[in-house]
Amino acid sequence: MQDAFFLVVGSRTCAHLLQSAAGVMIFAEPRFGTAVLEEKDLAGLADAHDELDAQVAQLLERRPDIRQLFLVGSCPSEVIKLDLSRAAERLTKRHAPHVRVLNYSGSGIETTFTQGEDACLEAMVPGMPATDAAELVLVGALPDVVEDQLTDLIRALGIETVHVLPSRRADEMARIGPNTRFVLAQPFLGDTAAALSRRGAQMIEAPFPFGAEGTTAWLRAIADTYGVSDELFERVTAAPHARAVKAVAAARATLQDKSIFFFPDSQLEIPLARFLTRECGMTAIEIGAPFIHKGVVGADLDLIPAGPMLSEGQDVDKQLDRCRAARPDLTVCGLGLANPLESEGLATKWAIELVFTPVHGYEQAGDLASLFARPLRRREALV
Amino acid sequence: MKLTIWTYEGPPHVGAMRVATGMENVHYVLHAPQGDTYADLLFTMIERRGQRPPVTYTTFQARDLGEDTAELFKTACRDAYERFKPDALIVGASCTAELIQDDPGGLSESMGLPVPVIPLELPSYQRKENFGTSETFFQIARALVRKVDRTPEISCNILGPTGLGFRHRDDVAELEKMLAEIGISVNAVAPMGSSPADIARLGAAHFNVLLYPECGEEAARWLEREHGQPYTKTVPIGVGATRDFLSELAEITGLACAPDESNLRAPWYAASVDSTYLTGKRVFIFGDATHAAAAARVARDEMGFEVVGLGCFNREFARPIRALARDYGVEALITDDYLEVEKAIEAAQPEMILGTQMERHIGKRLGIPCAVISAPVHVQDFPARYSPQVGWEGANVLFDTWVHPLVMGLEEHLLHMFRDDFEFNDAAGPSHHAGHAAQKEVAQSSGDNVIWLDDAERELRKVPFFVRGKARRNTEKFAAEQGIASISVDTLYEAKAHFAR
Repeated sequence: MQDAFFLVVGSRTCAHLLQSAAGVMIFAEPRFGTAVLEEKDLAGLADAHDELDAQVAQLLERRPDIRQLFLVGSCPSEVIKLDLSRAAERLTKRHAPHVRVLNYSGSGIETTFTQGEDACLEAMVPGMPATDAAELVLVGALPDVVEDQLTDLIRALGIETVHVLPSRRADEMARIGPNTRFVLAQPFLGDTAAALSRRGAQMIEAPFPFGAEGTTAWLRAIADTYGVSDELFERVTAAPHARAVKAVAAARATLQDKSIFFFPDSQLEIPLARFLTRECGMTAIEIGAPFIHKGVVGADLDLIPAGPMLSEGQDVDKQLDRCRAARPDLTVCGLGLANPLESEGLATKWAIELVFTPVHGYEQAGDLASLFARPLRRREALV
Repeated sequence: MKLTIWTYEGPPHVGAMRVATGMENVHYVLHAPQGDTYADLLFTMIERRGQRPPVTYTTFQARDLGEDTAELFKTACRDAYERFKPDALIVGASCTAELIQDDPGGLSESMGLPVPVIPLELPSYQRKENFGTSETFFQIARALVRKVDRTPEISCNILGPTGLGFRHRDDVAELEKMLAEIGISVNAVAPMGSSPADIARLGAAHFNVLLYPECGEEAARWLEREHGQPYTKTVPIGVGATRDFLSELAEITGLACAPDESNLRAPWYAASVDSTYLTGKRVFIFGDATHAAAAARVARDEMGFEVVGLGCFNREFARPIRALARDYGVEALITDDYLEVEKAIEAAQPEMILGTQMERHIGKRLGIPCAVISAPVHVQDFPARYSPQVGWEGANVLFDTWVHPLVMGLEEHLLHMFRDDFEFNDAAGPSHHAGHAAQKEVAQSSGDNVIWLDDAERELRKVPFFVRGKARRNTEKFAAEQGIASISVDTLYEAKAHFAR
């Protein structure tokens, strides 16, 4: 979202977290910042709103390119019950029509990692313009190249009007109504899906577009909803499907018959386990996810061969015990665990990369498989 | 409220984590919401530790808030003790838990654990990371240090090194080597490397070397007061400071304190003719107070630079830095707002910046060479190679580190001679200091009989620039092999699949 800015209202910890997570990105012209609460903000609630208004005014003056401003709630702002939704309404009025101010919670007490995107998109749904047109909305932030590929494929199936949520710019916002269909591109968007359904839109249930099989099944679900002929579907998907299969095969040689263990992180775990077990020949030992929304990942769950233990939420020490006992060939985990597990002799793939690397769709299927093959190839390469 | 994008320091509980992570057999139970576990990665990634930090988070969530977060804390405490069996526990709250007021100290005291439990009061909304390290180490010392006899031989403690400290690992090694040469044994290095048992015996040393005042001054003062141990006031970074430090040691111990200087090369390097061009180079210095002060002295007295700006981000040391800046004839800059630092640098127009990771990026933006002298630093400043800042080898390291980003003497000469040459013009910057010249796209189409269709060309632009050249070459190679005359989007991806691995 090129014209959006995310303003976290929180503590120094929040700012430090953003800085640690954003790494070098923070040195580019960033589209996020933190309004750090100070002691005087905690003393009395009344002037916290004035303080926030002043910070926002200063920010908007310095960055006139901002069209959407998200006030992001944090643990401290929620514990002191700072009402950011009222602040958002007030600030929208003050800065209309140039800037729209929205709010959602990204706090550690309410959300984990990618759930923040869900909360953000959910906050945008009420502001989507209404329509009766039978249009398709693709939901979930994707790298531009992937978004283009997927929407091009959908158009090639004869479905002319495809919008995306979030749109790249505020003035290209998708419309919504009782005839809208939407399909999720990311598995962590349960609340956004519910908000879209509340406005009458209908969800197309599908496995997520990872790998050749996943992308085809995802497109198939869309095609079936719109009554696309088998012949046209075959014509559009055959070549890229074959390419994806071929590209995945290169990594499959490394991954075949290897075992994999997922620590909970991004909610991508279940669709990825489906891809790795079915298309790369891996065996899943345990699939941990921070949150399992059956209505969203059900199609993927059904495709996973029986066997792996599913765990929702986490007790990291107990899960570490299970992981060490199982000694998987590859462990998918966060950066806090990766090096410690490597030093215990376990190969790891850090999960956060999967959220920021283009991995969806046919053309990225080979890249996705190789993200998992690379740590194993590296272990073989280092003597 | 204050709008922040970069922060020089984390919150104080991160300072406490640095102390706990540096120590042995200590565990930190931190009352904190689940998101706060992010701080683990500072240690496992930036410092590349092979173990998880010894920290247990209570990870309370919104649904726990109405209920008994205090019980949650006690359970976490008990489980952490059972699992890790540490020799001492430290307990405290992060910023959010500070607001819900569960009192970790009181709660853990009531649990009757069989090891010392040290409560921390870290005011998250007033203080920062360095305060957290200093206060935590002080509280640990206060709780654990016992009255013991002095060692028969002359010994000292090295105070201040922690986890995630800028060059702490090698500084300690260099200092230990130097102390060994002059006949002083090291009783303990603390907090880094010490267990609670080692802390208990801190009083056995004859005196303390205060290596990093930011993390150790509080504890050093207390040890002086309660255990009669003097502590050193000079931090031995730079040749002159190291000599002053050695005189301090001589005074405290009565020993000769003249270590072997045969590997000290920096003074000769600075005296050699190729260094003449360094004379009067205008430098701007910013970092933590200890490193900034040491850098100023090295810059002026040992490199022959002119110091045109001096400042620090940690307010605790504002007074000594102000006094020092006056000696250098500049106004001290005491701020934790990087925009102010950027403004000051722009105004001073230095030829070089000595700073932190933030200043490195300010330098990049303004096209000014920069060397890193202080935390906060990124992963590349936790190097695999030996690179201390203190002592003789530290002086050698400083010379190399500071000179490398500058245009070397001969190169500078060439820049003047060939000012209008495309390769040597001023804007090109030093050849070995990347990031100055604009990125140019190198690989153009090889041209032989292959045509890029517009769509494919556009698709290629979406490939990140640093692999675009490779993608172009691979696709053309593939097209040539397949006898394809014009490259379409499909060809591009056929080739990608073909070369996939």
